[in-house]
Amino acid sequence: MCRSWLLMALMIATLSIRSAYGIDATSIADPALEARYLELTHELRCMQCQNESIADSPVGLASDLRREVRNMLLAGKTDDEVRDYMVSRYGEFILFRPRFSARNAWLWLAPPLFLLIGLGVAVRVVRQRAALAATDPEVPDDDGRS
Amino acid sequence: MNRFALPLGLFALLVVVLAISIRHSPNKGTIVSPLLGRAAPGFALPSLTDAQHAVRSQDLKGRWYLLNVWGTWCVECRAEHSMLVEVGHSGVIPIIGLDWKDEDDHALEWLAQLGNPYQAIGVDHDGRTAIDWGVYGAPETFLVNPQGIVVYKLVGPLTRESWTQEFLPRLPPRASAGL
Repeated sequence: MCRSWLLMALMIATLSIRSAYGIDATSIADPALEARYLELTHELRCMQCQNESIADSPVGLASDLRREVRNMLLAGKTDDEVRDYMVSRYGEFILFRPRFSARNAWLWLAPPLFLLIGLGVAVRVVRQRAALAATDPEVPDDDGRS
Repeated sequence: MNRFALPLGLFALLVVVLAISIRHSPNKGTIVSPLLGRAAPGFALPSLTDAQHAVRSQDLKGRWYLLNVWGTWCVECRAEHSMLVEVGHSGVIPIIGLDWKDEDDHALEWLAQLGNPYQAIGVDHDGRTAIDWGVYGAPETFLVNPQGIVVYKLVGPLTRESWTQEFLPRLPPRASAGL
């Protein structure tokens, strides 16, 4: 029993090490910069594998892009400048979190819009039912009298 | 009748939206380059074949050229090479090679074996220039006009179809008469 717990703890420990240092062996001395580097490389898509971020991908282009991000951060570029550079080269597709633009505005706005429509319909239906119940003599009220 | 009108209308709208999306979806996941219609990124790279001269984008201003991204590790590049040789020898348009993350001696051996369609070949060992051009997989071929604007980008091997259907029609008639 105790052994299996130990084994499990070990496995979890190795998993977390893997996710932090799996592919990317480099690190930046400044912890704040390192944090931004990790965040940025996790939100940029590996264009060759498409469902992995450049932080998770072992392919050559991903490591080139990581180096690019690192160099830009070390040169004092802001996160947005790094994103803008990548988008100007590879298009909006490289961002896992697409930005709000005129082209995709309806995608961002549709869910709250549908929620509002749904709420409106629900309120109307409830009101209609309530009005119906109040005027219908056939429906017994809570006391059971008609 | 009336109670079906709204759902039916919404369904019709959905069909229209999906039809438009399918129609405009790029084929086989090819990603449209944001460089199209914009100035081609500048570069200055050591030449593979000529140690004396660098391959520079500014030397290419004022004429049409193809930039072909390749590497000896790239299987599809071997497939397109005979077509590149044909285009290169036709003299319609100069082809500039970008040897992407490759070994120089492998590349020279490749050219000796398969022929050299390139007017000049820039060596991009660290992949820096390829990133500037938004390259994500070799082979890729860019068509650049005399003003230095990227006019077209082909992802994948150059074939006779893509050459006659995509590249030739974009070239001025005098230049394209050759092939």
